[in-house]
Amino acid sequence: MSQELTRPLPRTWWLKKASYFLFMIRELTSLAVFAYALLLILALWTAGADASFSTFLNSPVSVWLHVVVLALALFHTGTWIALTPKVMVLWRDDERVEPDLIAGVTAILFLMVTGGVLWLTLA
Amino acid sequence: MSDQTVLEVHRYLPDEDAEPRFQSYEVTYKEKWVVLDAMNHIKAEIDPTLSFRWSCRMGICGSCGMMVNGEPKLTCETFIRDYHPDTIKVEPLTHFPVVRDLVINMEDFMEKLPSVSPWLIPAEDEPLEDGEHQQTPAQVAQYQRFSMCINCMLCYSACPVYGLDSKFTGPAALALAQRYNLDSRDDGHGHRADAVTAHEGIWESTYVGECTQVCPKGVDPAGAIQMLKLSYALDWAKSLVMPRGGRT
Amino acid sequence: MADAGMNRGSDRSAPLLWLLFAGGGTVSAMLLPVMVLVTGVAVPAGWMSESDLISLIRNPLTRLVLVGLVFFFLFHWAHRFRYALVDLGFTRLGRQAWLFYGTAVAVTVLAGLAAVRL
Repeated sequence: MSQELTRPLPRTWWLKKASYFLFMIRELTSLAVFAYALLLILALWTAGADASFSTFLNSPVSVWLHVVVLALALFHTGTWIALTPKVMVLWRDDERVEPDLIAGVTAILFLMVTGGVLWLTLA
Repeated sequence: MSDQTVLEVHRYLPDEDAEPRFQSYEVTYKEKWVVLDAMNHIKAEIDPTLSFRWSCRMGICGSCGMMVNGEPKLTCETFIRDYHPDTIKVEPLTHFPVVRDLVINMEDFMEKLPSVSPWLIPAEDEPLEDGEHQQTPAQVAQYQRFSMCINCMLCYSACPVYGLDSKFTGPAALALAQRYNLDSRDDGHGHRADAVTAHEGIWESTYVGECTQVCPKGVDPAGAIQMLKLSYALDWAKSLVMPRGGRT
Repeated sequence: MADAGMNRGSDRSAPLLWLLFAGGGTVSAMLLPVMVLVTGVAVPAGWMSESDLISLIRNPLTRLVLVGLVFFFLFHWAHRFRYALVDLGFTRLGRQAWLFYGTAVAVTVLAGLAAVRL
């Protein structure tokens, strides 16, 4: 109807509420994942043929980039762990398995994987 | 000297106003009042031209949804004392066209709802002589949460995906699809597949999760949508391996 | 009938793309932080020697795993970033699916080429 009032959503909708803002940051962590994939390709490409890869890793630019990527990666991990019970709904007869338990197990899995990789690469 | 409550209420009279405006109303502060009480007082005693929907005034009919200070709320469950002494801003539910004042056009939702076939679709004909369905408490528990929806549309107001694209099927409709998919009496998940797995169905959701935050009945539509994504994605994967494969 | 006017056919590509996104999201959630710790902290701090880093990267199994990780990371990025752009209002750009998944495929191929370059 022509006399109805429409109120289009502004492009800045995600700046209006904390939960919306955190959602957008979560989505943009995918850029950190992309960036690290490029680093992995750099590692494969140089393959230690010269000192260039480790020289780069030792540089301040690399360290700071890694700090940013680490922060975003951890935010992705945290939100992903919190999301797991929503997708993986388990039942024990007529009681739902406590979502926090599923998230907790996923978190422990993450810590075990982290420890395992550290042991494999550094030991 | 009694305390006052000020309400800034969105007004839009299509025959008179080119643009919407806000009208300020002052009512006596009542500790037990909800926003709906104030609205009804305004209409009865101050301004009979104010239009808004309401019915049960006890949080079960889903009629009185409005934006209260920018958040979608059932005004019959929103207490003035939680805002006092601040001004309370009342606006129509966002993401819907406004017909008048606080009354929104809900035609889109009325189309979305039946599109997911939210009713029991049994596997075969069930004559009355066969008797009643039987369900264990465990079977009921599977879908019970998603059956609590009162169609109040607060979730559509909270959802930015719906705000950006009104073709999105939306939280309530999809949660109700899952309510029936999970019901042991139902065999309709295949029938619902086209509506649910259209691009404007579950796949358009980016799990913002705000719908679950605002739902007054604890339905968790965001959770329902994530379950649907996994369920239908696994159905698809199974169909690759077993062309006539069973449901997930 | 309310059903009739809806032009909604099932989106056939969506399940695969979502599964790749979810797989990539899980892989990156579990592995990205520790990998960043290794290349961003352990190496510059000297907890891992240059020779160890080199032999790790030159190991064929590592190289295979890294290509696999690149594949999953990129498909997670492609799907999530595409929809983030839609949510930011760039609907037309977000509709160019080939741009995002194509990039993921192309860069994975690049990773594969880099991996065999020894």
